[in-house]
Amino acid sequence: MLEFLVLIVALLAASGALGVIRALDPRRPLLVYGIALVLCLGGLAVVLGHRVMGAPVLRLVLPLGLPWVGVHLRLDALAGFFLLVINLVGALVSLFALGYGRHASEPGRVLPFYGPFLAAMQLVCLADDAFSFLFAWELMSLVSFFLVLVEHEKESSHQAARVYLLMAAGGTFSLLLAMGVLAGADGGYSFDAIRGQERAEATVVSVFLLALIGAGSKAGLIPVHAWLPLAHPAAPSHVSALMSGVMTKVAIYGFVRLVFDLLGGVALGPSVIVLILGGISAVLGVLYALMEHDLKRLLAYHTVENIGIITAALGLALAFAAAGFDLLAALALTAGLFHVLNHALFKSLLFCGAGAVLHATGTRDMERLGGLLRRMPTTGISFLLGCAAISALPPLNGFVSEWLLFQAILQSPILVSLPIVLVVPAVGALLALAAALAAACFVKAYGVVFLSRPRSAEAAAAREVDPFSRAAMLAFAGLCLLLGVIPGLIVDALAPVGELLLTAHLPSQLGNPWLSLQPLPTSASSYNGLVLLSFLLIAGGLTAVVLHRFGGAGLRLGPIWDCGYPDPAPSTQYTATSFAQPIRRVFGTVLFRARETVTMPPPLATAAARLEVRLEDPIWERLYVPVARAVLAAADRLNPLQFQTIRRYLVLVFLSLVGLLVLAAARS
Amino acid sequence: MRLLLDLLAQGLQMTLVLAAAPLLVGWTRKLRARLLRRRGPDLVQPYRDLVRLLRKEPVIAHSASPYFRVAPYLVFASTWIAAALVPTYATGLMFHWATDLIAIVAFLGFARFALGLAGMDVGTAFGGIGSSREVMIASLAEPAMLLVVFTLALLAGSTQLSAIAEFLVREPVGLRVSLGLALVALLMVAIAENARIPVDNPTTHLELTMVHEAMVLEYSGRHLALIEAASALKLTAYFSLVACLFFPFGMVTSTSSPLLYPLGILAWMAKIAVLGAVLAVFETAVAKLRVFRVPEFLGGAFVLGFLGTLLLFVSRAL
Amino acid sequence: MSPLAFDIAHLLAGSMVVVSFLLLYQDRITGVLNVFAVQAIILALAVAFQAWSQGAPHLYLTALIALIVKGGIIPLALHRIVRELGIHREIEKVVGVGLTMLVGLALTALAVIVVLPIAQEAGRVGREDLAFALAVILLGLLMMITRRNAVTQVVGFMSLENGLVLAATGAKGMPLVVEISVAFSILIAFIVFGIFVFRIRERFDTVDVHALERFRGD
Repeated sequence: MLEFLVLIVALLAASGALGVIRALDPRRPLLVYGIALVLCLGGLAVVLGHRVMGAPVLRLVLPLGLPWVGVHLRLDALAGFFLLVINLVGALVSLFALGYGRHASEPGRVLPFYGPFLAAMQLVCLADDAFSFLFAWELMSLVSFFLVLVEHEKESSHQAARVYLLMAAGGTFSLLLAMGVLAGADGGYSFDAIRGQERAEATVVSVFLLALIGAGSKAGLIPVHAWLPLAHPAAPSHVSALMSGVMTKVAIYGFVRLVFDLLGGVALGPSVIVLILGGISAVLGVLYALMEHDLKRLLAYHTVENIGIITAALGLALAFAAAGFDLLAALALTAGLFHVLNHALFKSLLFCGAGAVLHATGTRDMERLGGLLRRMPTTGISFLLGCAAISALPPLNGFVSEWLLFQAILQSPILVSLPIVLVVPAVGALLALAAALAAACFVKAYGVVFLSRPRSAEAAAAREVDPFSRAAMLAFAGLCLLLGVIPGLIVDALAPVGELLLTAHLPSQLGNPWLSLQPLPTSASSYNGLVLLSFLLIAGGLTAVVLHRFGGAGLRLGPIWDCGYPDPAPSTQYTATSFAQPIRRVFGTVLFRARETVTMPPPLATAAARLEVRLEDPIWERLYVPVARAVLAAADRLNPLQFQTIRRYLVLVFLSLVGLLVLAAARS
Repeated sequence: MRLLLDLLAQGLQMTLVLAAAPLLVGWTRKLRARLLRRRGPDLVQPYRDLVRLLRKEPVIAHSASPYFRVAPYLVFASTWIAAALVPTYATGLMFHWATDLIAIVAFLGFARFALGLAGMDVGTAFGGIGSSREVMIASLAEPAMLLVVFTLALLAGSTQLSAIAEFLVREPVGLRVSLGLALVALLMVAIAENARIPVDNPTTHLELTMVHEAMVLEYSGRHLALIEAASALKLTAYFSLVACLFFPFGMVTSTSSPLLYPLGILAWMAKIAVLGAVLAVFETAVAKLRVFRVPEFLGGAFVLGFLGTLLLFVSRAL
Repeated sequence: MSPLAFDIAHLLAGSMVVVSFLLLYQDRITGVLNVFAVQAIILALAVAFQAWSQGAPHLYLTALIALIVKGGIIPLALHRIVRELGIHREIEKVVGVGLTMLVGLALTALAVIVVLPIAQEAGRVGREDLAFALAVILLGLLMMITRRNAVTQVVGFMSLENGLVLAATGAKGMPLVVEISVAFSILIAFIVFGIFVFRIRERFDTVDVHALERFRGD
């Protein structure tokens, strides 16, 4: 079984070579995507089969890599779940790419890396020793770096790729240190050796912090998120979908594997750090998104938000586990991992939709879009479902995972330790704020892009995309609805993960009457999306029938009313920037130092008035710029070292050697 | 037989809220008018308005997308269901487990999302201003609402509305300042969500201060009727929520006989009538806030909600 | 102590904190003064209730002082000052209301976190009163530093003192002498403040303490 998966991963990696060949043949570059689709479906089948067998732990050692170490691979419930996410989304995105990839200007820059990217992500989840884990992790970063650089003629791509490479290297370095500390002085680098060790409290905390920085920087957790809103939009849209939807989840996998599995959990204090960072990421991410009017950057910032939600859930799970409440920890973990799948689905859907819009109109600037629902109905409807799902609205899937998380938060008073008990409701309020702001943001995004009147000629002339893309988007949307209506499928599928990591799992849900969700037997809280959806359809349909039957079905088309002052110019509509104005005024004046300057022409002059909005990125300005300055200053100070005589260099080497020896002597 | 009775009881609640919602609106309007020494319209005027709107032919702008015609049905159906799933006269009705407090709030959020999109659809400045302000207000109300939920769930150990109501009837809760704070916070959230004074003025037109009305400006005929009915239902839903969570007395519990239902219905009507009267008095006593004072108002609700949670923790920790 | 008595003590002490937040929320001077009077009345009730439940008759005197001096005389006098100076406008704030309230919440949480674990021996009501009293004191301080107006600074100070009294009564009462001297010192402080307000006004035509900063010697 594991062998099949390894074969699939190897074939995916090999499809990169095919990509090179295919890229030379510009007529049919699509074979690569077709192969990726088939392979991902195969992987999906294997993973589902593994789950049906009860998710046993399977191992495999390949005679590759370092001599005497080899490559250890392992498939367990946790890896299985993330492989499910990767393969499911990978398959649908490949389907999308079958149509969308045809429009790539330079397929030769995408195709060779597409398969290896999917393969590297799967390899991270399969790795069972520190060496192969870090190798796969670095491979994933490197391949995605090339994918960010696809539109190499744009300066913004270069900057994005530079920042990305730097932060990815930093993150991997941090993980490398974490692995080193985990393995200890004796150097057992296989995960089995690491798992069994006893560790001092300080070691646990340092590994935890390193893992948080390393995995967090890959996932896009604030404050180490800076590369994400640059890099994800720079890649071609189907790759953006994979990066935002899947690669950030692999980072979450890394965190869960290191902290929950290898480290065996942390104390209450550190877990609260995770919780708070999650809450802050969620709110700041969505606020950044609200200030944005580039559709793909807006979606990228929402990834920061959703990673925050997932991280908060993981932090809560750690806190519950530290206090010994395994069932509640399993509830929070289930909420977090459920959200992993949900976010992978709707974020990929939204990025695919953004890709379709970009292809149809040639722009991602929301201020130039509008009215696309009439021109692109299938894209529009599936994008709408994605918007509702990411805004955590019932009866879709995003709501279910947030509901589970809120149920876990509401159980937090059981952690009697006072500061924590007060932090959790505060984080809960932050998450509620984030959910409401996300809804606001997607009213803005959908309203400006798909509703309203077209704001440019390109938008007015948009055409619906090809059937492959449409099928993929509809499939994503259908899955979002399905998981919202029958969440028991995923909650039950996550039971072995809870059992593996926390030795506890939620009661089986699929056996509940009417398929409702009732996570905790002790509290009567329950939710049923199926009933809600059917009520919604019945009530809405009934109303429509009754009204049309008794009130008449007539309808007249007329000019816009607008209180009697309609203006035919589409530029008088609300734009994305104006839509965000109330929220910018409430939150932005303090957070982003938002300043609006209005330049009015003098009376009787016919020049246009100008409104200028200036925003400042607080994290970039306060954290990154000072660090960059410090590095530059240090480099300036060290610059003279480059121009020394050979004798001086020898002195330096000699002094370092002696210094190290003294250190060693002092230690022993 | 049992199933049929259960279905009937649930159906009764659905029709009850639908039938009573316009009456509630009429009642508050009448009271407000009397307080301002006007005669005021009839109690049944909202029904007449709805019928009149239903008969009229809707006019839709050329630039409206198909979504514009679907939205009123979505808004109406989701609000109606939310209102019908809040326990009114009895706890533990057939589908009481389908939603809890969080899901009810989120489902009302669904309605708002649908309506906010509709406001953006035609592509006017008024629609945009209404939508953007509505979502701003909602985003501030939501955290306060969660803290109210938190306080109640902390007391009752569940977010299920029926469970909370039964718990509060059954257990001696004592004097809880937290409950009082949660009640005030919930009322403030309800005022903001229902676009009432001081947050928004439901009777204003052609003013830059309007929020909800600006959003639905382009609607007419049966579509407008649906939206009007939905806002009446939303008010009813929030009042039923307040009644169920803070004044659960007189509700028929799942163990008692269905013959008590008429009494429960009377008790519910009395409760929401009293709440309507309180609303009318409050609305005549305060002036409308400037839009950018609304965050302070809702910030106050948030603070009260958080204090409620805090005080509850303190009395628990002792 | 019966649960009901505990609940009443909890209610009164909790209301003190809530009223402190209301003080922070007000943006008109007259509103601030009225809310302050309400806080004094609640304090009087809380102290009187403690007097009854602890069986300590001298606390009734404290309650009476709070009611008459802080619930009556001082607010009325301040109202007069405000009227005579003609300064019943909106209060200028250094920090916005929303941010002040959030900081206030954090301070309240801090007070609870600090006091509850350390004051184990003070008894249930005592611990709670101590926690809430500390919160009221911190909120009073917060009010003093976030407002520019001298009158509201006086009110912030008085509200801080309300917290002190609440703490004292909760901790099984302080000696009567101490209380009376505290009450008098407050009265004197009030008089001093009052004179200052008038003098500032005479001198600079405003009670915005910001105007004084120019004259600070370094």
